[in-house]
Amino acid sequence: MRGLPPVLITAIVLVTGFAACAMQFPNIASTRVVGNLLTDNAFLGIVATGMTFVIISGGIDLSVGSVIGFTTVFVALAIERWGVPPPVAFVAILVLSAAFGAAMGAVIHIFDLPPFIVTLAGMFLARGASFLLSTESVPITAPVYSTVSDFALRMPGGGRLTAIAIIMLVIVIGGALLLHLTRFGANVYALGGSRATASLMGVAVGKMTVKIYMLSSLLAGIAGIVFSFYTSAGYSLSAVGVELDTIAAVVIGGTLLTGGQGSVIGTFLGVLIQGMIQTYINFDGTLSSWWTKIATGVLLFAFIALQQALVALARRPAAKRAGAAP
Amino acid sequence: MTALLPRRGLAQILALIVILAVDRVVSPQFFDLRLQDGRLFGSLIDVLNRGTPVALLSLGMVLVIATRGIDLSVGAVMAICGAIAASLADTHGLPVVLAAALGAGLVCGLWNGFLVAVLGMQPIVATLILMVAGRGIAQLITEGRIVTFSSPDLVWLGNGSVLGLPVPVVIALGMLILTGAVVRGSALGLLIEATGGNARASELAGVGTRAMIIAVYVWCGVCAALAGVIAAADIMGADANNAGLWLELDAILAVVIGGTSLFGGRFSLVLAVLGALIIQTMNTGILLSGYPPEFNLLVKAGVVLAVLLLQSPKLSGFAGIATRLRGTKA
Repeated sequence: MRGLPPVLITAIVLVTGFAACAMQFPNIASTRVVGNLLTDNAFLGIVATGMTFVIISGGIDLSVGSVIGFTTVFVALAIERWGVPPPVAFVAILVLSAAFGAAMGAVIHIFDLPPFIVTLAGMFLARGASFLLSTESVPITAPVYSTVSDFALRMPGGGRLTAIAIIMLVIVIGGALLLHLTRFGANVYALGGSRATASLMGVAVGKMTVKIYMLSSLLAGIAGIVFSFYTSAGYSLSAVGVELDTIAAVVIGGTLLTGGQGSVIGTFLGVLIQGMIQTYINFDGTLSSWWTKIATGVLLFAFIALQQALVALARRPAAKRAGAAP
Repeated sequence: MTALLPRRGLAQILALIVILAVDRVVSPQFFDLRLQDGRLFGSLIDVLNRGTPVALLSLGMVLVIATRGIDLSVGAVMAICGAIAASLADTHGLPVVLAAALGAGLVCGLWNGFLVAVLGMQPIVATLILMVAGRGIAQLITEGRIVTFSSPDLVWLGNGSVLGLPVPVVIALGMLILTGAVVRGSALGLLIEATGGNARASELAGVGTRAMIIAVYVWCGVCAALAGVIAAADIMGADANNAGLWLELDAILAVVIGGTSLFGGRFSLVLAVLGALIIQTMNTGILLSGYPPEFNLLVKAGVVLAVLLLQSPKLSGFAGIATRLRGTKA
């Protein structure tokens, strides 16, 4: 239950924010808007789930946006130019992105390098590779794409729960189960708490690091496929800067950036908060989209400051007992 | 460690010479310089001129990294200060414009320093806030437009020349000398390195680590502001979306290429600027060779990895890797 208070605060912010929006624009409180919100942020929810694992383990993955961009271009070219059947293209890109993540994890562990700079190199690499494949936007016309785009579950009130929103919800729930109920999840928390302690307790630190970054890149690959469904195109510049939105969502969701604490559900709420701000700005019509960035920045600051205060409070009794200066 | 320093510098100089030689092969007129209208022209001057923003950023970044920090917000600070300079340029004199832009950079740095030193946030997170919000603030200043100006004073900062050299290059050189004189001419550099080496021990030894950390972020903000003003002056306008985009990564890369450890504790200003020049020489070389500029990112990724692996404490021959792998499997 350690992770509960920050998640609770995130939930309160979401509910109050949503209520405030609904008071001003009653139409926001409809299943149509909520359905669109889930669809528009499907790729963000998927990639943020993976990022939650990485950040709880004490790392960071800056390459996810580039992996999404690479995936969309690869899938588009494979289906449209190389004549590969879509399922084969999907499997190929998922294997490729998982291998990419595993390689980054291996470099981080074997050479004992900061994840920040290794995944930065990965970001350059994936973005550069997608530019090499194609610098122009490639439309995807395969029949699968229109089938998936048209598929939706009707919700009461006329809202549509689209296929990609369902994929996102399944991955969020799967991620939450994996993190909170399995040995793998427990090991992720252990790594974030203290690498040395985890190692002494018998956690295979190297294997875990590789697996965690593999999971993050794999989910970024899935997010890329979802993104290509969303836009029906592959473009090498798509999802630029998504890594920042993702990290912001994870932090707003109450995950500690120093690692060791956090939850997938909180991250999901963080994604919804960002989506809500965007929706509000759309409804308002007079505000520009850059207000999203400022609002996200302010929320980010508020949550980090709050975490800092909570951590300081938690440490105080221990420091007093040890007689150390604060 | 001091015995290693000249050898570390040698590697960067050799790398620069090799890349210059490759550029010479790709483009035979690479080293040609000609004097026209009292100003030097040529690929070499172009490399210096284009490399100025990253060189300026790396001057601030290297000090931040020396304290075991990192500043992700420099690109956004460039956008903010460029936007301020551009929107004031046609109505105010150059001193006011510069003061406003550099003042804004100082405030941004103060904010980052406050978050890191006083609130005790991790530097990556603390500066991430301004990185995300900063572009929004810059858009707020330009009201979402690309603000253009025609003030000859400000344009001169980006396109003028002094003694045949472009003004930006002269400014960067001046900043390098100024920073070097302040940091290495006094004990300040040593204190910064001490803070990065072990903040707790330094504090017990009487180093004002909090002040040190705030000071380096402020300096980083001011350098970024200057880079932002020059970038705006260069294109005679401020584009809040694209000014300084991803330059924080180039600046970090320049510092890393310059042999400064990301774990703090030691730094070299000259080598960081040399790192910025290496990056720009590579960029220009790729452009001249006719390869698509997209290759830039791939080459950069390769360089980052190579430099990191060379710096890695764990890399002492393949034997080291093998033992490490065995240890992982066990």
